[in-house]
Amino acid sequence: MLLGDKPKLIAAFSTLLACGSVYGEWGYNLPQGVTEVSRSIYDLHMTIFWICVVIGVVVFGVMFWSMLMHRKSLGAKPAAFHENTLIEIIWTAIPFLILVSMAVPATQTLIQVYDTKESDIDIQITGYQWKWHYKYLADDVGFFSNLSTPKAEIANEEPKGDHYLLEVDEPMVVPVNKKIRFLITANDVIHSWWVPDLAVKKDAIPGFINEAWTRIEEPGIYRGQCAELCGKDHGFMPIVVEAKSAEDYQAWLVAKKEAAAKERELRDKVWTSEELYSRGEKVYIKTCAACHQANGEGVPPVFPAIKGSKIAVGEPQKHIEVVVNGVQGTAMQAFGKQLSEVDIAAVITYQRNAWGNNTGDQVVPMDIVKFNEAGQ
Amino acid sequence: MSAVIDDHTHTADDHHHGPAKGFMRWVLTTNHKDIGTMYLWFSFAMFLTGGLMAMVIRSELFQPGLQIVDPEFFNQMTTLHGLIMVFGAVMPAFVGLANWMVPMMIGAPDMAMPRMNNWSFWILPFAFFILISSLFMEGGAPNFGWTFYAPLSTTYAPPSVTFFILSVHMMGISSIMGAINIIATILNLRAPGMTMMKMPLFVWTWLITAFLLIAVMPVLAGVVTMMLMDIHFGTSFFNAGGGGDPVLFQHVFWFFGHPEVYIMILPAFGAVSAIIPTFSRKPLFGYTSMVYATASIAFLSFIVWAHHMFTVGMPLTGELFFMYATMLIAVPTGVKVFNWVTTMYRGALTFETPMLFAIAFVILFTIGGFSGLMLAIAPSDFQYHDTYFVVAHFHYVLVPGAIFGIYAGIYYWLPKWTGHMYDELLGKTHFWLSFIGMNLAFFPMHFVGLAGMPRRIPDYALQFANFNMISSVGAFLFGATQLLFLFIVIKTIMSGKKATPQVWEGAEGLEWSLPSPPPYHTFSTPPDIK
Repeated sequence: MLLGDKPKLIAAFSTLLACGSVYGEWGYNLPQGVTEVSRSIYDLHMTIFWICVVIGVVVFGVMFWSMLMHRKSLGAKPAAFHENTLIEIIWTAIPFLILVSMAVPATQTLIQVYDTKESDIDIQITGYQWKWHYKYLADDVGFFSNLSTPKAEIANEEPKGDHYLLEVDEPMVVPVNKKIRFLITANDVIHSWWVPDLAVKKDAIPGFINEAWTRIEEPGIYRGQCAELCGKDHGFMPIVVEAKSAEDYQAWLVAKKEAAAKERELRDKVWTSEELYSRGEKVYIKTCAACHQANGEGVPPVFPAIKGSKIAVGEPQKHIEVVVNGVQGTAMQAFGKQLSEVDIAAVITYQRNAWGNNTGDQVVPMDIVKFNEAGQ
Repeated sequence: MSAVIDDHTHTADDHHHGPAKGFMRWVLTTNHKDIGTMYLWFSFAMFLTGGLMAMVIRSELFQPGLQIVDPEFFNQMTTLHGLIMVFGAVMPAFVGLANWMVPMMIGAPDMAMPRMNNWSFWILPFAFFILISSLFMEGGAPNFGWTFYAPLSTTYAPPSVTFFILSVHMMGISSIMGAINIIATILNLRAPGMTMMKMPLFVWTWLITAFLLIAVMPVLAGVVTMMLMDIHFGTSFFNAGGGGDPVLFQHVFWFFGHPEVYIMILPAFGAVSAIIPTFSRKPLFGYTSMVYATASIAFLSFIVWAHHMFTVGMPLTGELFFMYATMLIAVPTGVKVFNWVTTMYRGALTFETPMLFAIAFVILFTIGGFSGLMLAIAPSDFQYHDTYFVVAHFHYVLVPGAIFGIYAGIYYWLPKWTGHMYDELLGKTHFWLSFIGMNLAFFPMHFVGLAGMPRRIPDYALQFANFNMISSVGAFLFGATQLLFLFIVIKTIMSGKKATPQVWEGAEGLEWSLPSPPPYHTFSTPPDIK
C-alpha cells in the first residue's frame, strides 16, 4: 500500500527544494487554443469571468464599506430598516438580465460546438483501460496510443522529462485546416477524451458513440489527458495530437500502412523461442503490465497474478482463449482484436516462461491463426 | 417574542426526568439535546477521519511522481474522503444543529418522534464502521470516486463495493428518518402563535432541506440497489453489453446528487441568517424574500442535475435547457447574498468568532458561486469539466459554505449549549488559520484546473507542480488547525466564563430566553409568542 522508500523520498524532496520553480511555468488560465471553437470558448470564459469580477467588486465593496464604517467600536448606531420591496425586485431583475446577456453568446458557441456536419476525416477514438485506440475510418489505419513516460520517472528514480505524463508512443496524427470528426466510444468503462488546445472534451462511453469535431489551424503537438476517473491508471492516460501539413500527413499515412503490411508478414516467419520471449516481454510491458504488474503478481482480487497461475502454467489452448477472447464479466479484455497474432503469440510465450513459470512452452503466431479459424 | 420557562425544571419532577447516568444515557436517550450533541461529536470525528484522508491525498500531490501511496490506494482515499465528508461530516453536523436548535427555536419540548430520533442517530456509526472497514478488506475500499459511476463501480470494483452499498442504504435510512422527524416537529410542535412566517430562518431552511432529503435519498437508494443487482443478480441496468445504459446511472445519481449539494448548504444559509443580524444589531433584511429564495433554490435544484453531465453527449436542446436552468439559480442565490450584505449595511458591527465565520461564509461562498456560474455555461464547461477547477469550485462552496456555516453556528450556540463562553482569542485564531489555510489550499486549484489538470489523478505533469505544492501546504495548515477547534470546545466545556441566557447583545429568538445551559427539559409548557 505504502511506497516505503524513505531515502528516495528525501532525495526527491531535496531536489525539489533545490530547483524551486524549474518545475515549469505557472500556468493559470485556459489556453486560447488553436481552433476557432477553442478561441470562442476562451472569449466566453473571459467575458463571464470579468462580469463576475465586476459583480464581486460591487458586492464585496458594499460589504467592506459596512465592515469598516459601521463598526460598533466606531460608535455606529444600527439602523432599523429590514425591507424594501422595490430594491428587492430590482436586484432580482438585474441579475436576470445579466444572465440573459451571458446566455446569448453561450448559446451561439454551443451551436458551433455541436455542428459536426460535413467532415473531411473521421477518426474513431476508443478508450480502453488505460490507453486510447485511434482508427482512421476511410484509410483502414488503426493503432493504440500508450503512455511513454518511463516507470523510473514516475517512481522518482530518474529526472522527469519535459513532457512528463503527457507523452505517448504513437500520437494521433491529423492534417491542419481540415474538419476532423471524432467518433468517441469506450471498450470497458467511461473515459473522457480531452485536449485543451482543441477545446474538445467528450466522454467515451461503452455502448455509445459520441461526436465531436475540430479544425486545427497551426501545425504542432497538442497534449491532453483522460478526464473521467477510469480506474487506477486514470492519471496515466495521456492524449497527444500531432497536427501536420497536408503533405506530411499523407506521408505519415503511407508509412503507417507500409508498417502494418510488414507486421502482417511477420506472421509467417519462423520464430525462435528467444525472439518470441523478448518480443513478448515488450508487448507485456506495454499491454499487460498496467493490470498484472511488471512482476506478474497482479493486484488481486481484481487483477489476478499470472506468475504461477493455473492458466499460465496449464493447457496452452486455455491460455490462448483467455488472451484472445478475454473473460466475460471481469476486467480481462479480449485482446484478439487489439493485438496482432504475432504479439499475442509472443506475449503468451513470455507469460508461460517468465517469473519462474518455466513451462518451456512456445506458442507461435500460427497457433493463434489456427485458434481464430477454429473459432469461426 | 417572550417566553415562559416552564416550572417543571425547578420542581421535584426534575429528579424523575433528568438524564440517566453513565454510558446507557447516551445509548438510550431520546432527548433532543443529547442526540444533537452525539450527532455533533460523531460528525467531528468523521470530519477528522475524512480530513486525514485529504492529508494523504495532498501529501501524494505535494510534488509530481508517486511518493507516498500507489494509485489504487489514492483512489480509495479520494472516494472515502468524499463519502465521509458528505455523509459523515456535513450532513450529521447539520442534523446535530437541527436537533439542538429546532425545538428550542420553535418552543417545542423535544422532537416529534424522540425514539425514532435515537434510531436515526445510532444507525450512523454502524454505517460508517462498515464503510471504513472496507479499507481492510481484500481488494481494499471503494475506489471509484464518491460519484461511483457505473460501469467502473459495477464491473471493475473490489468486492467491498457490496458493503459500500449496504452502508449507503443505512445512511439513507438515517437521513430519511431524521428528515421525517424534523418536518413533523416543525409542522406540529410550534408554540401557539408562531406562524410559519414567524419561524427563524434556520427552521425554514431545515424544513426545506428535510423535504429535499425525503425526495432524493430514495433515489440514491434506488441507484445503489440497481448496482447491487448488476453485480450479484446478473441484471444489466448499467451494462451496455447486456442492453443497459451507463448514462442512466449518471442521470439517476445526479437527480439525487444535485439536490444533495443544496442539502449541504441550505441549513448553513439559515445559521448565517441568524448570526449576521445578531452581530449587526439590526434585523435581517428581506426575511420574506429569504424564505422564497430558499424555496426557489430547492425547486431549481431538481431540474438542473444534468449540468454535471454536459460532456456525456446530450442533445443540443438538452444542454441548452440544463444550462439556462442552472444559470437561473444565480438569481435567488444572489438575492440571499444581497440581503446579507444589506443586513450588515448601516448596522453596528462587531466581529466575534461566529460573525467572522459568517462573513467569510458570505464572501467565499459567493466566490464559489461565481465559479459555479462559469461552470454552468455549457461550452466553457467542456474545458472545466472534471478538472481541478471543479474541485476548487465545490470546495469553495462546501468548506466556507457548509463547514464555515457549521462553525459559525457552533461558536454562536456553544455558550448556550455548555453554559460557558468559549475563548474568544482562540476562536479568532481558529478562524484566521482556517481562513488562510483554506484559501491557500483551494484557490490555486482554480489555476491548475484551468491550465489543464484533471481531477482524481495521483500524479501530474510538471507545469502543475508549483500550485500543487502551495495547495498542499494550505491543506496541511487547514487540517492541523481543526485540532485547535477540538481543544477550544473541550476547554469551553471544562471551564470558561459563565454565559448569560442572552449570550449575545443583539441575539433574538426563543432559544435565548432559556438559561445557558438550557435545562434538560425545556418548553414542556409552550411559550407565548406575541
